[in-house]
Amino acid sequence: MKLAIASGKGGTGKTTLSCAIALAQTEPVCLLDCDVEEPNSHFFIQPEIERTEAVFSLVPKVDETKCTGCGECGRVCQFSAIISLGKKTMVFNELCHSCGACARICPTHAIEEVRKPIGSLEIGRKAGVRFVSGRMDVGVAMSPPVIRATLKHAVETELTLVDCPPGTSCPFVTAVKGCDAVLLVTEPTPFGLHDLVLAIETIRELGLPFAVVVNRANGEQNRISDYCAAENIPLLLQIPEDRRVAEAYSRGQALTTAMPELKTALASIPQQMKDLTEGRKEREAAACL
Amino acid sequence: MKELIIISGKGGTGKTSITASFAALAECAVLADCDVDAADLHLVLEPTIRRRETFTSGRAAEIREVDCTQCGLCETICRFDAIHDFQVDPLSCEGCGACVEFCPVKAIDFPEQDCGEWYVSATRHGEMVHARMHPGAENSGKLVSLVRQEARKIALKQNSGFLLVDGPPGIGCPVIASVTGADAVLVVSEPTLSGEHDLKRVLQLTNHFKIPAMVCINKWDINPTMTERIETLALSLGAKPVGRIPYDAAVTAAQINARALVEDSDGHAATAVRMTWSTVCSTM
Repeated sequence: MKLAIASGKGGTGKTTLSCAIALAQTEPVCLLDCDVEEPNSHFFIQPEIERTEAVFSLVPKVDETKCTGCGECGRVCQFSAIISLGKKTMVFNELCHSCGACARICPTHAIEEVRKPIGSLEIGRKAGVRFVSGRMDVGVAMSPPVIRATLKHAVETELTLVDCPPGTSCPFVTAVKGCDAVLLVTEPTPFGLHDLVLAIETIRELGLPFAVVVNRANGEQNRISDYCAAENIPLLLQIPEDRRVAEAYSRGQALTTAMPELKTALASIPQQMKDLTEGRKEREAAACL
Repeated sequence: MKELIIISGKGGTGKTSITASFAALAECAVLADCDVDAADLHLVLEPTIRRRETFTSGRAAEIREVDCTQCGLCETICRFDAIHDFQVDPLSCEGCGACVEFCPVKAIDFPEQDCGEWYVSATRHGEMVHARMHPGAENSGKLVSLVRQEARKIALKQNSGFLLVDGPPGIGCPVIASVTGADAVLVVSEPTLSGEHDLKRVLQLTNHFKIPAMVCINKWDINPTMTERIETLALSLGAKPVGRIPYDAAVTAAQINARALVEDSDGHAATAVRMTWSTVCSTM
């Protein structure tokens, strides 16, 4: 099973939870850090990095000896990444989405697609945790290609945890899309609830099963549990607010170390998500009959 | 008019709470919420919407079943794995139009996408431009640019002293769209290993675009040693440390009451935010 750990709002505990679930497992598990703009999982897993792979995107390169300046490439490009001015054709790599339309349309085959480095993958291991972290280069605008490269390291037979980027747009959708289920982590503040609802709207569009974990629960604010109860959304765990956790986090210590009492609950989350997914499949099958 | 962008690299460090307090302290600033994916500033400033506009951007492919000959070329061409069984998955479609262009029977439509809405609103601390993306919509960078541009128009027209922009997390396209051409950025960091790591990357980005940067550390007393380390790192990357805000339960309390911290509190954090604002003003 591929389980996404996501949230609309940033800083609610995606990385804390992803790493804690990974470290609490007794079976082998794979953790993919897909928050490629600001990857942080390595602090809490402390894997031994075995190798690094470069990630590339394809960008057009124009052979000026073949280019007639017809402008077909600029007409077909939706992103203004290639423009012909007279006989000269200019490419703006940072706007290119690597769709290949310009190379395909060029009547004189003057465009070749070449690789441009946009990030890297760090691949390693820590005990039973297989670890891959995607890292986008600073100054690159589009993270989805790096996220897709990271996701390729998921193995069907293994439990795979995907630490997702924040927000609700392209990077979030890219990371969550291929997963079987989504675990949303939020905090019981008005911002936390507001952004949770946005993330849920997006996940409902994707048609994926999901459940919620509350981080920094303080027993006084029940807006997330009330919302989940009203919407019939499973709430799997409430991680209590505790300065111990905040201080441990600041030093790069995992939640399983700061609060070992949560280990059993954390270990059981993947199975609960699996049950949720299968329960839903059964209901859908029953509805078809 | 000075334009200040509040960003953080790492999410959840307190950008929006600090922006709201700055809005209260600035008196008559124009405000923009450029965290269009997960906009929260309106939860504190409770805007009254005066103008509402649709944001259309980009296109998405749609195969007309009646005209499709099921040749499968579109599926082969698509680099985004968006076409299966002669249907386009709108959430995967990148809007590149390659399939539209090369379909031999021209059976693919390419309509503009309605991606969300943007608003100009009145708040108790000045006019605010903000937006809401539809779930899963693309082009948040373009929406960010639009929100900033509209806010700048208002700030220039009103002759405001400040345009305060609540920025998105990360270092990707919405952040680049938020910071390019600004007078300064304030990075809100936290004294954690992740905070340090993410600050370094976001300062590399602001240096790349040659934007003067300042740094403040939120919840600095969670780890004073790390706070020192982050301030040293900031200085080494040319960013000025402008404040330390202590952990204070009043910050969350203010959020729950839909108030900016400095509106109601005279506590430690509120005092530190006031001092940070005055240092930011004198630095700019």
